Amino acid sequence: MKNIILNINKTLDHRIRLGIMSVLMVNDYADFKTLKELLGCTDGNLASHAKALEKEEFITVEKQFIGRKPNTRYLATPLGKEEFKKHINALEKLIKNT
Amino acid sequence: MYNTFIFIYFAIQSSLHMSTEKYLNDISEIKSLMTKSSRFISLSGISGIIAGIYALIGAGYAYWLVHSFSYGTLMLDGKVFRLVLLDLLIVLVLSVGTSIFLTTKRANKNKESYWNTTTKNLLASFLIPLVAGGLYILIILSQGKYGQSGGLMLIFYGLALYNASKHTLGYIKYLGLIEISLGLTSAFFPGLGFWFWVIGFGFMHIIYGILMYYKYERK
Repeated sequence: MKNIILNINKTLDHRIRLGIMSVLMVNDYADFKTLKELLGCTDGNLASHAKALEKEEFITVEKQFIGRKPNTRYLATPLGKEEFKKHINALEKLIKNT
Repeated sequence: MYNTFIFIYFAIQSSLHMSTEKYLNDISEIKSLMTKSSRFISLSGISGIIAGIYALIGAGYAYWLVHSFSYGTLMLDGKVFRLVLLDLLIVLVLSVGTSIFLTTKRANKNKESYWNTTTKNLLASFLIPLVAGGLYILIILSQGKYGQSGGLMLIFYGLALYNASKHTLGYIKYLGLIEISLGLTSAFFPGLGFWFWVIGFGFMHIIYGILMYYKYERK
């Protein structure tokens, strides 16, 4: 039981951060607008949670211009993917145990 | 004392229960985000049925044209042949138009966006084999080799569907495989290409549409 709780990742134990990672697990990248629509959250909310994930190096951010519009896209790092998998496994074990 | 103990016991139980519930929610949300962000819910079943009906009407018209004006054979440079090509083109445009219309309408109703990375990927995977095949068929038609065009259309269409299916939910993949095998089978029967075309583009779409309608849309 103790082991399982150790694997529950503090950074990922939040709806929006978990959401960002879920989308990035199955897509090569996702841009800001797509993520916002999928998760149904505000600009500021998404930006701050993305920042938190970036600080942990779970995702990387690429900023570029498409025409004249700035475009931000997010990509999951190998570390992020690894941690996400551990987190999900821990969740599943927790659910099975109760 | 005993009461306090029971109280604590229930408090722990309920908090455990609550966290399990939260994690269950998390997991189901992860699943839904993963599918929503990478898969396009397949085209509406009704658009499949309508496309099939267009194809049958188009085929009926072509059959009538060929049998009443060119004695059952197609002359490549004749007016009838051009009419048949036009007929096919109209079927294609109407089917694509209807499915785009119905799909965007449904997406608007469900407040989903329909022009995103997933749909772009879907269109690219679908159109590249389809356009390549279409051009190839036009080229060999212009060289007078039109015996296999029905089968080739089925094969390329099936390949396009199969290729696009990785971005969709539903059973587009199997429809693709069926179209490919119909196309290959029709290559054995050069004279019957028309009938294979009718089965593949007409009846298969209708059957597929009905299945999808009953599985996903009827509520």
